[in-house]
Amino acid sequence: MPKKLPEYNASSLADIAFMLLMFFLVVTTMDVDSGLERRLPQWIDPEDIEDTPPIKERNVFVVLVDRNNRLMVEGELTRVEDLKDKTKEFLTNPANDVNLPEKEVKEIPFFGPYEVLTKSSVISLQNDVGTTYGTYIAVQNELLAAINELRDDLSKKKFGKAFNDLNSDQQDAVKEIYPQKISEAEPRKIGGR
Amino acid sequence: MSKFRKSDNKETPAISTASLPDIVFMLLFFIMVSTTMRETTMKVRVSLPEATEISKLEKKSLVSYIYVGPPQQQFVSQMGSEPRIQLNDDFKDVKDIIDYVESERQSLEEQEQKQMIVSLKVDEYTKMGIVTDIKQELRKAAALHINYSTKKGK
Repeated sequence: MPKKLPEYNASSLADIAFMLLMFFLVVTTMDVDSGLERRLPQWIDPEDIEDTPPIKERNVFVVLVDRNNRLMVEGELTRVEDLKDKTKEFLTNPANDVNLPEKEVKEIPFFGPYEVLTKSSVISLQNDVGTTYGTYIAVQNELLAAINELRDDLSKKKFGKAFNDLNSDQQDAVKEIYPQKISEAEPRKIGGR
Repeated sequence: MSKFRKSDNKETPAISTASLPDIVFMLLFFIMVSTTMRETTMKVRVSLPEATEISKLEKKSLVSYIYVGPPQQQFVSQMGSEPRIQLNDDFKDVKDIIDYVESERQSLEEQEQKQMIVSLKVDEYTKMGIVTDIKQELRKAAALHINYSTKKGK
């Protein structure tokens, strides 16, 4: 009969495992990366830029941020907190105001004929070289918040679900009604010397 | 009665620690799976701005990072205290971005190259001038999918 092997001492195994654990705690990070996702426009050589047809004043939502981080929306000094409501007003034009953008009836899947803003309507964001990044992000965030809220409201009304829970066809239809069109001009000096 | 009588003089047995390594290993695997390696040492100080409308970056392998911010204390004497650009582990210039994006793109699989995302980790108090320069370079490099890295706000 073979002799029974002596049990080996496993108490130091815990120490080894702890050491490995500490190593991983130190060299790894847990932070999930998140942020505002945007697409930049294609690069166009400055010499190739053709004169684009002028866009009507009422179809452009002008947001200016100057070097002192002040916000001017459609010619009025505005607080960042009010930007979202103004953007929503621009994007929906509920009262068919002549100063707010034109609308056209368009065939949209799921919705049928639906009044949407014309193709040329756009949010134009301009910032100064001296604007701080934090303010710029806050403004971007408000603009995106306005669009996301409108999309969510519409999705809830039509499909009874939040925008993110819709399938991709439904999302595309909602996106067609409220597109994310934010154009960023080249920075220039606004206000101040 | 004698059945239940306590035996005198008996020491309490030592608690078996044989399962302790198992518990620690469980923790270890959890941490190995849920975290990622730190890839760069930060040479610039970045405190991210807050935003609410954020989306998560799903595939980390597709993401390249550009850090912008004032240099850490120990580099102030060489680099000054104005915001600088950091690519990988070094201070770089705006015009190096095209090369950087190109090399990052080459390191991806061919079918993934189109999905490349550039994450901008920019300090809150940086002036927009430098950020706009970076954006123009990214447009030239055809890296159009970008992500302004932010913290989650309320």
